Amino acid sequence: MLNYAIKRLLASVFVLLGISILLFVMLRSLPGDPAAVLAGEMATEEDIVLLRQELGLDQPIYVQYGRFLNRLAHFDLGRSARTQDPVIDDIKTRLPNTLVLAVTATFLACLVGIPAGVASALKPHTWIDYLATSSALFGISMPVFWLGLMMVVVFSVMLKWLPAGGTGGIEHLIMPSLSLAAFLVAFIARMTRASMLEVLGQDYVTTARSKGLTEQAVVVRHALKNGLIPIITVIGLQFGRLLSGAVLTETVFAWPGIGRLIVDSILARDYPMVQGVILTFGLLFVLVNIIVDLLYAVIDPRIRYD
Amino acid sequence: MTKPSPTRAADSAGRRIWHKFVSNRVALVGMLVILGYVIIALAAPLLYPADPATPNLARVLKPPSATDLLGTDELGRSILGRIIWGSRVSLAIAVAVVAVGLVIGVPIGLVSGYYGGKLDFIIQRFTDVLLAFPGFLLALALIAVLGVGFTNTVTSVAISMIPQYIRLVRSCSLTVRELTYVEAARAAGTRHLKILRRHILPNVMVPIIVQTTLNLGVAILFAAGLGFLGVGIQPPSPEWGTMLGAGRIYIFKAPHVATFPGLAIFLAVLGFNLLGDGLRDALDPRFKA
Repeated sequence: MLNYAIKRLLASVFVLLGISILLFVMLRSLPGDPAAVLAGEMATEEDIVLLRQELGLDQPIYVQYGRFLNRLAHFDLGRSARTQDPVIDDIKTRLPNTLVLAVTATFLACLVGIPAGVASALKPHTWIDYLATSSALFGISMPVFWLGLMMVVVFSVMLKWLPAGGTGGIEHLIMPSLSLAAFLVAFIARMTRASMLEVLGQDYVTTARSKGLTEQAVVVRHALKNGLIPIITVIGLQFGRLLSGAVLTETVFAWPGIGRLIVDSILARDYPMVQGVILTFGLLFVLVNIIVDLLYAVIDPRIRYD
Repeated sequence: MTKPSPTRAADSAGRRIWHKFVSNRVALVGMLVILGYVIIALAAPLLYPADPATPNLARVLKPPSATDLLGTDELGRSILGRIIWGSRVSLAIAVAVVAVGLVIGVPIGLVSGYYGGKLDFIIQRFTDVLLAFPGFLLALALIAVLGVGFTNTVTSVAISMIPQYIRLVRSCSLTVRELTYVEAARAAGTRHLKILRRHILPNVMVPIIVQTTLNLGVAILFAAGLGFLGVGIQPPSPEWGTMLGAGRIYIFKAPHVATFPGLAIFLAVLGFNLLGDGLRDALDPRFKA
């Protein structure tokens, strides 16, 4: 298990290196002097000269990349071209907000998606099943930003129940996390249904039933426990999509996370910030996938990675 | 005794697939929705002959009425007219995106799966890096470098789809290359390129068709997302996401401005998803409805 975890971590380092090369190349392929581009429109000539030395632009490209990596290893993502603050500081302030949003959305999605999936698997081809599967399709097709705005129209404009945006109490979190959860509910419900249908047909479920266990015990303790693996996979795989959704949801609800930060930075051509946020997203995604992989072994003891 | 001709066999297979497809009502609804959008896009000059970008400041933010069925936007332009013309923009983006994705992703995936070895290893590690990013974030990162506008929107969304095609086609061709008839072709000295074109490609077409249908919806969704954030298609072009983004500011005063373009996106994506699911059920015997 430990060996596997180390192997996975090493593979992730490889992916992160790839992302850093991609970013490095992308930012240097922008038209104009990279120092001027990275320093931003407000920078003085002196700032640009200083940054040029710092980036080592007079050095060969591999030395430049080496310096770039060295700074990354020290969590030095440069300074924002807009505010001149260290990029890492802004990310540190904003990242917890995005994580709160993503985790709440995932929790809500499980809360609705898993029971919906179980219900439709227990009663296939009934109205519950049709309702669950068709609302899943709706959830997948719904633009998250539109759903968010429609919630604002209903709950803020018409009913005046919830604030239209910003942060504060739990009431500020309700609409952003619900709108973000919608598509995930769809995926989780679909996967739970498929997984449960498969598990419910297994011999050990029949045995559990024939032992005279209650239906609830059969479903929860025997079927759902074994059906959880594909569900966790879906959550892991969809986490990336959740982060993409967060970029849009944060914009709709003026939620101060890193999603909103990247959009503002793109619009302001603040490339050091864009670079920092993209790296953070890459790191997050890679980390979540490792966690999901390791969770499999916890849920299903049959899985051995050694 | 007459032998069944290959054409007749293909005909009956085609008929069986068509029958299976049309018997799936949901898939049929999806096809009709998409057909509706295509007709609207083609007939846009007839349905709404005026220029959808011309402002009419006398009729700013009017709610839906008999004169303007879906109301007017912040510059007094008909929302219905802009949605009609916008279907051209959104469908054009979707088609261009999947075309680029297919043209680049499919050959790379075929070669990667068929040849294997070091080439496959290099291609797959590169794909790993691209797949480490969720598609929309990759498109957003590319837009940050490329800049806004139609071509850059298409390019960035298409690039975000290429790794997906590579993986899909690679995994299918890995299976197909081991089949006896491919081995026979190889043993008979058939050139690799011919094997790829004649034997492997036709056998990976089903997943490609299904994925492409679903990707058309995803492309519309991604382009609309970029437009909504203000980094995609730029105004006054009537792209649905851009319209929605502009209407967001007036959500308290005139909610209809953001509502209808969003509905247009939703229905189009839903249409492609229904169609894609239906095609999968009809074409792929492994997924029985």
